Amino acid sequence: MLYQQIAQNKRKTVFVMIGFLLLITIIGAAIGYVFFNSSVAGMIMAVLIGAVYMLIMLSQSTDVVMSMNNATEITSESQAPDFWHVIEDMALVGQVPMPRVFIIDDPSPNAFATGPNPEHAAVAATRGLLERLNREELEGVMAHEVSHIRNYDIRLQTTALALTAAISILVNFATNSFLWGGGRRRDNDRDGGGALGIIMIIVSILAIILGPLAASLAQMALSRNREYLADASAVELTRNPQGLISALEKISQSEPMQAADPSSSSLYIANPFKSDSWTHLFDTHPATEKRIERLRNM
Amino acid sequence: MTFIVVIVIVIILGLIYASMYNGMQRSKVNTEESWSQIDVQLKRRNDLIPNLVETTKGYAKHEKETFAQVVNLRNQMTQLPADAHTEKMELSNQITDSLKSIFALAEAYPDLKANQEFTKLMEELTNTENKIAYSRQLFNSSAANYNQRLLTFPSNIVAGIHHFTKVDYLEVPTQEKEAPKVSF
Repeated sequence: MLYQQIAQNKRKTVFVMIGFLLLITIIGAAIGYVFFNSSVAGMIMAVLIGAVYMLIMLSQSTDVVMSMNNATEITSESQAPDFWHVIEDMALVGQVPMPRVFIIDDPSPNAFATGPNPEHAAVAATRGLLERLNREELEGVMAHEVSHIRNYDIRLQTTALALTAAISILVNFATNSFLWGGGRRRDNDRDGGGALGIIMIIVSILAIILGPLAASLAQMALSRNREYLADASAVELTRNPQGLISALEKISQSEPMQAADPSSSSLYIANPFKSDSWTHLFDTHPATEKRIERLRNM
Repeated sequence: MTFIVVIVIVIILGLIYASMYNGMQRSKVNTEESWSQIDVQLKRRNDLIPNLVETTKGYAKHEKETFAQVVNLRNQMTQLPADAHTEKMELSNQITDSLKSIFALAEAYPDLKANQEFTKLMEELTNTENKIAYSRQLFNSSAANYNQRLLTFPSNIVAGIHHFTKVDYLEVPTQEKEAPKVSF
């Protein structure tokens, strides 16, 4: 069951990423078609914007993310021996280098990991997490974080976020130029013309309107998918689903965080702001009950 | 023409052979590395045990036997040859058990529980215990990887020629299979 879940989650990631790339090219093509008479120019623009945005986001350093979340680094094991040792254990069994360690001064239990690759990774936990969880539960949470590092989740999520942003930048740009009368398309009807031309324009406009929504749905689905994957990988490391189960229970029953930065909320092991929208379509995290159910089935 | 074809085929076969040999060698080195991680922790624990006995015996004067037992096991361990993996792990499991009974003493002797040196040692020993368990897990998975290459075609041919031998797994104590790693 465990290895099946891991393989299944990895397959889903591939589908979502392919979907993303399709979406961004379709929207690029649609914008190009409607406003510049050339779908190819639109596609190239879409890919360029996506790439630039991605580079900007990936270059954002660990220190910035940590200071936005009010985290302070600890540099020796004597500052928090059990916390430090548990991370050491998980890095050992996960075969990644020891990440940098941060503590967030917040009574609500939560934790996250960041960094573009295992060599430059960092984990952070709140003071509440260290106070309320026993060693077994702490191992579960840290195994989850180390799994995010091993699975290159930060890079993947950043890519997804960048592509989503690129789509909305493109669409904004297109609608603005439309409102200001920039589109050349309206004043001359050439090539296909007639019914086909009208259908193409309608399809393109639909793609432009629905694109950003589809992109953010896909991004959230990816985020939830990677949480499930990290849960399963965590059990692969600790061989003990019970620790993570009871940690998730404790975390879900606690109060929301004060110190967390909203833009980092998808990084945390559980949503630090406890939002519960009734559709769950825009949730960055799967419902805790569902995660626990999957952990029980391992 | 045929001559060139033969040469090319020989070179390709040679490269395949070399890469299989390197693969075997690499996974063997992996198991050795993960054993040395276990060994580091066993040594570290052996160094900590005298400190523990020193700190504890003043508080729990009636528990001489418990202390003698753990010291005895520790001394046996230091006398084992470096490559006696199975024997070392058997002794290690016994040491784990007797350490548990020493830590249980803390419940009966509140002064001991309050001793800072004792709590520090307790964290240190818990740490080494967990690291032993996790490095054993790592050892077993790298041993499984190596043994699989040893048994499957075509790497088994290379293994036969160069006399690679099977690596034994380290047994996991039964109570640990269900229960989590140690937390004293």
